[in-house]
Amino acid sequence: MLPAAPDEEGAAPVPFYAERGPLRRISDAIFRRPETTIFVVCVVLIVYFSIRNTAFYSYTNVVTMAQYTAPIAVIGAGEVMLLDLAEIDLSAGQVYLTAPWIVVLLAQRGVPLGWAIVVSLLCCIGIGLFNGTVVVGLRVPSFVATLGVNYVLAGFVLVASSDITTEMIGTTGKFGQYFGIGNWAEGLWGLGIVLVIWALLKGTRFGLHTTATGGNELGAAEAGVSVRSVKIWCFVIMALVAGFIGIIDAIRIGSLDPAAPGLNEMLSGVSAAVIGGTALTGGKATVLGTLIGAVVLGVLEDGFNLIGISANWFILVEGAVILLAMGINVQLGRVTQLGRFARTST
Amino acid sequence: MTDARPGDGPETGGSAERDVPAGAAALQVDEGRHAVTGPDNIIRTEGITKRFGALIVLRGIDIHLGRGEVLGLVGDNGSGKSTLVKILCGFHRQDSGRIFVEEKAVDFHSVKDARACGIETVYQDLALVPALTVYQNLFLNRELTRFGRIGWLRNGEMRKRAREYLSDIKVDIPSVDALVETLSGGQRQAVALARATRQEAAVLLLDEPLAAMGAKESALVIDLVKDLSHNHGVSMIVIDHNYTHLFELCDRLNLLQEGRITLDQRVQDTSIEELTELMVAEYRRRVTAGEKELER
Repeated sequence: MLPAAPDEEGAAPVPFYAERGPLRRISDAIFRRPETTIFVVCVVLIVYFSIRNTAFYSYTNVVTMAQYTAPIAVIGAGEVMLLDLAEIDLSAGQVYLTAPWIVVLLAQRGVPLGWAIVVSLLCCIGIGLFNGTVVVGLRVPSFVATLGVNYVLAGFVLVASSDITTEMIGTTGKFGQYFGIGNWAEGLWGLGIVLVIWALLKGTRFGLHTTATGGNELGAAEAGVSVRSVKIWCFVIMALVAGFIGIIDAIRIGSLDPAAPGLNEMLSGVSAAVIGGTALTGGKATVLGTLIGAVVLGVLEDGFNLIGISANWFILVEGAVILLAMGINVQLGRVTQLGRFARTST
Repeated sequence: MTDARPGDGPETGGSAERDVPAGAAALQVDEGRHAVTGPDNIIRTEGITKRFGALIVLRGIDIHLGRGEVLGLVGDNGSGKSTLVKILCGFHRQDSGRIFVEEKAVDFHSVKDARACGIETVYQDLALVPALTVYQNLFLNRELTRFGRIGWLRNGEMRKRAREYLSDIKVDIPSVDALVETLSGGQRQAVALARATRQEAAVLLLDEPLAAMGAKESALVIDLVKDLSHNHGVSMIVIDHNYTHLFELCDRLNLLQEGRITLDQRVQDTSIEELTELMVAEYRRRVTAGEKELER
């Protein structure tokens, strides 16, 4: 029975690999992508606002939108890494606000600007390391751990600043131009950071291990992926990019408000990620979608201003867009899933 | 590879027969019908014991696995099959006893150590990541990269090699770009097996590879296992509860009862009836022992 006939059993020559044709690939590439929905929404909004008010596509307005979008996109892209792990960092927005405060507080004590920024970014890395270690080492859910850190940082800013608004430093000269004041400075920094995170997540071993950890933590660990260090690194990168874009943003605006709520900025980032097609449950993440999501939020805010609708409406519409985009994404996901099953089960 | 020393042959053969536990005689072990131990063992153990707290799981296990051989481990729940496999793959550590890989004594402290010796395990939960593609799963943690520490993935090369390897071992999957979550149970098991063997694993440990699988799915996995063993010379230890599958898959069977090996037979020298009888006898013996205990 044993060594008899393994060959005769599979006599019918079945093609092992029925790869898809080019047309199918293109249609797959378009319709299966989680970013498709939000991209369509984005284009529709841009066309709509451009028709309603020609000032929408004026140079100054595009600059404004880029500046508004950059921090949301960066925080969103950072959150995507964590959402990919089925984790979240609620402190990211507060890190974004705290980093420039550390720069200013150090400068007030005579530390040169360059060093103040370096130390501030090191503090951000420290915060990320702390978040990651608490989540991985003490097994505290990231939602709780980072919420705690968020309030600690918010409290620190209030105490250290005595709740007094302060001027940001480093806003002058070439340095100021490159790191915030220049028209495109913030937008380009933001775009650069988002692209780096995109490449990291899509193209590298680290990114693959992040997705693997989020998709099946035990399985990834059994395959030898060091899931703990992957998680900690993601928290570190999140805090670092949030702090960096926070400093750039503060240099552009020129002043620091100690009472600014960091949770809002963080939630905008998470909104961008979610409407862009990233799942909160891990294993499905798209940095590109997050970038488009951030642009949609920027376009909405700016467009509403231009056509003279009250800012109060913006919040309402933002909520509606999140609900709508999510609803469409989930339904599209179900349809494509059914299609896949139909094909694999033949 | 074949560095089995001639001197080891008789010694090995002797130990397999000598160390049959005394109590096993009651379980009708016919020593004359023991499978012959070849000199070319890829894995051999001597007197492996393991206890978890007060529970003694393994009481001196001597097994041997020939090159290219498929060995089935049979036994009731709690007989120690899984524990034995977990010791061989470095997940647990034995309390006493020795493991030899290619007749060299080894000491496994982790799954990594065992892997370095060419021992791969396919876990019951498969360890695949559903949200990743077939080729990403095949290469998980062994990715082909460039640019050193940056670790830029060479996706094209990985796809190509995955495709080649899968058709080499005759695994039929719609595409290496298919997400694992879209595959059937049998296809997933096939991918898990492919991943384990891709790194030229010399030994594959399979813990219930056919659990919860339909007839068609099982056939797919059985064909793959046979192909790996016949055409690629992979040695395997298989745990399964389904005797029909085991008789189809394996060259030899070992029966584990209460932490001891009570039967070691080539499949053609034994039968499902014999195994069932042995297991039922063991069960009856325990029941009577329990009753006597109660009477006292």
